[in-house]
Amino acid sequence: MALAIRSRLAPLADRILPAAATTAMLTALWCVFLYVPNERMQGAVQRIFYFHVNAAWSAFLGFGIAAAASALFLWRGRIEHDRLAQAAVEVGMLFCTMVLATGPIWARPIWGTWWTWDPRLTMTVILWTIYAVYLVLRMVGRDDPEIARYAAVLAVVGILDVPLIMVSVRLWRGMHPSVLTAPEGTGGLQDPRMMRTLLVAFVAFALLFLWLLWLRYEGLRLRDDVRELELRIGARHEARG
Amino acid sequence: MRSPPEVWTILQKDLRLELRTKEALSGLVVLVVLILLTFTFALDPEGAVAAAPAVLWVTIVFAGLLAVQRAFLSERENGSWYGLLLCPVDRGAIFAAKLAGNVIILTVAQSVLTALLMLFLGLRLPGSVVAFVLANALGLIGFSALATLFAAISVRLRAREMMLPLLVLPLLVPVVICAVEASRILLAGGTAASAGVWLRVLATFDVIVTVAGWMLFEQLVLE
Repeated sequence: MALAIRSRLAPLADRILPAAATTAMLTALWCVFLYVPNERMQGAVQRIFYFHVNAAWSAFLGFGIAAAASALFLWRGRIEHDRLAQAAVEVGMLFCTMVLATGPIWARPIWGTWWTWDPRLTMTVILWTIYAVYLVLRMVGRDDPEIARYAAVLAVVGILDVPLIMVSVRLWRGMHPSVLTAPEGTGGLQDPRMMRTLLVAFVAFALLFLWLLWLRYEGLRLRDDVRELELRIGARHEARG
Repeated sequence: MRSPPEVWTILQKDLRLELRTKEALSGLVVLVVLILLTFTFALDPEGAVAAAPAVLWVTIVFAGLLAVQRAFLSERENGSWYGLLLCPVDRGAIFAAKLAGNVIILTVAQSVLTALLMLFLGLRLPGSVVAFVLANALGLIGFSALATLFAAISVRLRAREMMLPLLVLPLLVPVVICAVEASRILLAGGTAASAGVWLRVLATFDVIVTVAGWMLFEQLVLE
């Protein structure tokens, strides 16, 4: 059943996702650089916001999927969930790194410093380290048959820890702007073109996320298939003596 | 629910072993003294007292990581790990016993460390001794629960000395922040109430990680 869905979905994903993600990303770039007006106070540097925020959402989405898939894997023991978790962590890490790279580029001219220990910045960098360790663990334990369960336990304990990390780092006050939840007239996106650009970039990042997730998931599946074939070939050689 | 006596039996075995060999504790106490000395040489004497809470917890965390690893490593070295797994007990009970053993050993080390901090840095007794002891205990339980769970993973891996700190340190952030802040407030003469919010976060962390460890430990020792 799952196989039938997959074989019907695969050509669709292979063909449509790359084209859709590329088109959407080019449109988003056009919006960010040519369509949207400059922000009155911050100037051109504010344009990085459209990619920064969407990269952050994509990173959190990746880590959320990883946690859910890991819990499912521990519960049901299906290898597909483990692959999905690993693929989601890898893609999430990519976007999380992007958040951490674009943030300081904006912060330097606006806040006058590359980095501060604001709760959101602290939280993002801690998340980055948790999932970096997840990837290191998978690398170190590559040959360990139990590694999938170890990694899943790390992802589950990690997500349980996130609210506590959030509370503890928030007990120090912050200075990160809240663009989307700012009260009327005090900030936020004043020009309707800004909201449109944000939406286009959001769609572009969502498609890119899906495409990368699909690629990594398929890559992990093929890796397992190759490993199994190698084992079978080895067994046949042994049988022949 | 027959677990508590089983937990006690395993804990008793570990404590008896420790009392006879004094392997973990002797190494741990000397290590704690050495890390503390290294800190005092590196610290500016003027700011040393202000840095005392940070010194206390950084020392305990790094020395503790090595001690916690030993709890499982000694079972493997003595060839008793499979015997322990074959015991007709809930696997969670093994986790709870190892956690309790680690908390006891680390409590001894931390008491020595606190006394030495007073001696070397001229630290004075906190305003509320009970709250200070409570903050230390909550911090140690949280650290031990997290480290005990992940030591069960790292002990199986090739790069185990490297992997345990990697696994534990990012998730330990709430313990480090809250324990240091609570210690700082109490050592500066603050009341228990002023450190209350940090103690509450610590207690929540302890409950969540201990329950998660009890439930997830089984997944790590299915061999």
